[in-house]
Amino acid sequence: MTTTTPPAPVAGVTAAPRKSASSAAREGLTGRWASAAAIVIAVLWTLPTFGLFISSFRPESEVKTNGWWNVFTDPQLTLDSYKQVINGADIDLATYLINSVVITIPSVLIPISLAVMAAYAFAWIPFRGRDTLFVAVFALQIVPIQVTMIPLLRLYVDPPFNLMPLSGNDAPGGGFYTVWLSHTIFALPLAIFLLHNFMREIPGELIESARVDGAGHVQIFSKIMLPLMTPAIAAFGIFQFLWVWNDLLVALVFAGGNPSVSPLTVRLAALAGQRGEDWHLLSAGAFVSLVVPLVVFLSLQRYFVRGLLAGSVKG
Amino acid sequence: MSSTDKLVQMVIAVVLFFAVMGVILILTTKLRSRTGEKVQAAAFIAPSLLLIAIGLLYPALRTIYQSFFGSAYEPLVGSEGGTFNGLDNYRQIFTNDDLLQVLQNTAVWVVLTPLLATGIGLVYAVLIDRSRFEKVAKALIFLPMAISLVGASIIWKFVYDYKGSDQSQLGVLNGLLKAAGFDTYRFLLTEPWNTLFLIVIIVWVQAGFAMTILSAAIKAIPDDIIEAARLDGVNGLKLFRYITVPSIRPSLIVVLTTISITTLKVFDIVRTATGGQFGTSVLAYEFYVQSFRSFNFGLGAALATLIFVLVTPIVVYNIRQMRRLEAR
Amino acid sequence: MKNQRTRKGLATIAVIAVSSLGLAACADDGDGGSNEVSGDAPGAGRAECAQLEQFGDLTGKEVSVYTSIIAPEDAVHKESYKVFEECTGATVAYEGSSEFEAQLVVRVQGGNAPDIAYIPQPGLLQTLVRDTDAVVAAPDPVSENVDEFFGEDWKAYGTVDDTFYAAPLGANVKSFVWYSPSMFEENGWEVPQTWDDMVALSDDMVDAGVDPWCAGIESGDATGWPTTDWLEDVVLRDAGPDVYDQWVNHEIPFNDPAIVESLDRVGDILKNDDYVNGGIGDVKSIATTAFQEGGLPILDGECGLHRQASFYAAQWPEGTDVSETGDVFAFYLPTTSDEFGTPVLGGGEFVAAFSDRPEVQAFQTYLSSDVWANEKAIATPGGWVSANTGLDIANLKSPIDKLSAEILQDPEAVFRFDGSDQMPGAVGAGSFWSEMTNWITGADTQTTLDNIEDSWPS
Repeated sequence: MTTTTPPAPVAGVTAAPRKSASSAAREGLTGRWASAAAIVIAVLWTLPTFGLFISSFRPESEVKTNGWWNVFTDPQLTLDSYKQVINGADIDLATYLINSVVITIPSVLIPISLAVMAAYAFAWIPFRGRDTLFVAVFALQIVPIQVTMIPLLRLYVDPPFNLMPLSGNDAPGGGFYTVWLSHTIFALPLAIFLLHNFMREIPGELIESARVDGAGHVQIFSKIMLPLMTPAIAAFGIFQFLWVWNDLLVALVFAGGNPSVSPLTVRLAALAGQRGEDWHLLSAGAFVSLVVPLVVFLSLQRYFVRGLLAGSVKG
Repeated sequence: MSSTDKLVQMVIAVVLFFAVMGVILILTTKLRSRTGEKVQAAAFIAPSLLLIAIGLLYPALRTIYQSFFGSAYEPLVGSEGGTFNGLDNYRQIFTNDDLLQVLQNTAVWVVLTPLLATGIGLVYAVLIDRSRFEKVAKALIFLPMAISLVGASIIWKFVYDYKGSDQSQLGVLNGLLKAAGFDTYRFLLTEPWNTLFLIVIIVWVQAGFAMTILSAAIKAIPDDIIEAARLDGVNGLKLFRYITVPSIRPSLIVVLTTISITTLKVFDIVRTATGGQFGTSVLAYEFYVQSFRSFNFGLGAALATLIFVLVTPIVVYNIRQMRRLEAR
Repeated sequence: MKNQRTRKGLATIAVIAVSSLGLAACADDGDGGSNEVSGDAPGAGRAECAQLEQFGDLTGKEVSVYTSIIAPEDAVHKESYKVFEECTGATVAYEGSSEFEAQLVVRVQGGNAPDIAYIPQPGLLQTLVRDTDAVVAAPDPVSENVDEFFGEDWKAYGTVDDTFYAAPLGANVKSFVWYSPSMFEENGWEVPQTWDDMVALSDDMVDAGVDPWCAGIESGDATGWPTTDWLEDVVLRDAGPDVYDQWVNHEIPFNDPAIVESLDRVGDILKNDDYVNGGIGDVKSIATTAFQEGGLPILDGECGLHRQASFYAAQWPEGTDVSETGDVFAFYLPTTSDEFGTPVLGGGEFVAAFSDRPEVQAFQTYLSSDVWANEKAIATPGGWVSANTGLDIANLKSPIDKLSAEILQDPEAVFRFDGSDQMPGAVGAGSFWSEMTNWITGADTQTTLDNIEDSWPS
């Protein structure tokens, strides 16, 4: 029995078509109809974004007076919107991008690490009150961020946590620490819940035989669990990445009113215009901000197309 | 602070975090006794529990406390108290027609969204599994997830845009209706269907989440199970119904649960698309309005507490499922 | 629980390590102003600083400002602080947010208030003062400036429970009707002087095949607010400023017969299918049309009139000639009665402070002065006015700003602040908006006003 699973190559591209449950089902649904259905869904899902994409290249006056499909009969294209998005602020876009990166990376890594550990304990270390605690953690997913804003901000500002000024360059982590901490807190319940579920799928014999061989929890966790959990961690990682990357509220509240630590979303919200929606700018801004998550998704995809156990149990 | 400084700060923070966690883990390896096991469990769980208790549990309890008070933000016990008004806020929710409609809309959201998003995500995951274009096909459905909810709502607002039949259309749906010779339709204004059109937005976003998780689960189904079923002559829809779905049942429940909870919390869509007008408001949005626009913290807190209550059936269902798994 | 203690200890070390690093990293990129000679203010002796000498040397001090004014209009605000920064050595850290109202309350309640906030609603100021105790009363020099440049009405809007907190900043005039001067000329139409003239003009437009009115009230979570301005303007004209004040302060019920009558008058225009909604659709389409787009059909000649505030000037696409003889301009909303004439309905922001540090008070004083008003006017290409009488109208660049400033500074004019901004949030930013939206989509006048009355917090 091997315990590590190298990520499999994307099926279908290289591998000979091994029959899986779904590919068999797909055949059963007659290939042509299945493809047609898939294409219909894909088109429906892409069309709104496509309209946005086209709009981002149209001049303002056109965007505001006729539908984006008119571009096919009357192609007027311009990069003006992108120019305004990229140059239109006194802090340049690169600074916002870097802020977003600096906010996002720890806000993904820290909660996932904590959650993997907690999920492992909830799944495989027996202790009294475990199930009750787990249910409590799971249920706390429901707390909306807005509910926590004032109490949490108070905790950051009031003693004993206000050891440092909340914002400004001399705060720990350059004023980012409150943002990292908040994102971590909000991510934990869902992360623990999802990862716990994946961990329960791992056959108990695997853990037990390792225990019999004299491995402690820390060894089992790091030598067996982590490699097996790579696809699940990657899958959750991408979602956590997206949520943090697209977050506006946490940044607004917990960055402590310091524009120099604001992420890209703050800039995008400002693009919406003083009194509403500058649709043409928004569309360009949305695409600027979309690039990074898309690249991350595509590059992580190979880690989670392969399931958890497909290789590991059978070796 | 320069960009380099920021990146350096970030690296240091991350390295420190992992160093601390690593040290804790190494220290706990030494403990092998029965109590050692308990300490290990604590080391694994305590950091998360501590953060959750401070960041989520405490605010949640505070909110419940606030829900029995008047409009001013309530300082904690010990400071000068505000107006305690018992169950008044709750009474108001259940007697006010508008708020009753909010409850009804929330129910529609929380029933339809998980079913539609999960259903579409599942079907799509099955259809594209191991097809030649799987990577691209997944990216397409995933794309809406990469747009913020506000961004998604604005996109759809333009899809639904209404102009009179004789005007030039901005919205693609009314553009199509007009081209087909129909009258244009007020998607966001016509009750009660407008609620469904808002749900379309969240389904559009969440289907990518369902698809990603379920696709991973489908790929984890051991091939020998499939082979055995095929030898028994099970194929097509039957295979899907009797092998695929049962095999990924735990993942299905997780996805349904997660989307239900997300749906209960979502307020950006209603806020951006209709501002809660035309009978489309939901609890999460109404909570936001009462707390942060009307500054009626008491009623806002009562609405939030109601969201907590609504999640109870979902929690109970999950506990049952867990028990069943344990029993296996 | 040995382990937890270890962990905690390590965590503390981690925090200290990170923070000391932060300090070290940032020590060397301090303020550029710090190499000025200390003692005298950095700008001492310079001509433009003559009026700011009172503030002394504030080198190295920082004032944080939080507002709802975001790009691109924030740039000219920052520009207008330059004189203050150069003359005193202080720096102004500006932050604008589209989530301003909610976030301000969160920050204040969370104990992390900015030094200064520009509050667009007197109602919000009242809430903050009464519910949080965090707002600091305005210092005497500010109070004196306001007495000198703004007058009683404006001072009253910045006063809560007899204490003066917030000086006015910018202002806008709401009682405008946008039209196309060139279209009027082609058709031989004239700017109406009375309400009846305006209705007659509307009928002429119908005969000429133009839909007279266009409107849009969709504004995200603030949908409905443009209709509240309509109603307030008509109440001012029909029932007069005194009744208006009673109505705003809830001394008469919201559904008073006078208000019913005024809303019906609004309905004669907005809910008249012959009159609306030019270039967009029918009456109901008002509710789903973004207010930013509500007036644009005027440019295509599909609509003749659009009632909206002076700041609508920013909505016309680039290249539109906004002037008395150009593509679009605005005329003053005419009167309905000789008795009350044409009172001005307007809005504006107020400068509230959450700290009484000397540099904060200095900045507050600067903002309430004529010096700042003129600096701001010079920095702004168009789209900004103030009720500050020290503002030299010649410094304003666009014709519509000049017209607005004339109206605001006219000592004869009766001015009233936007009523919904003064009402409690539950009404002014809640039921008033939503019920008026329902009114557009079909609810009748009496029900609408009754519902708002019922929602008034006791």
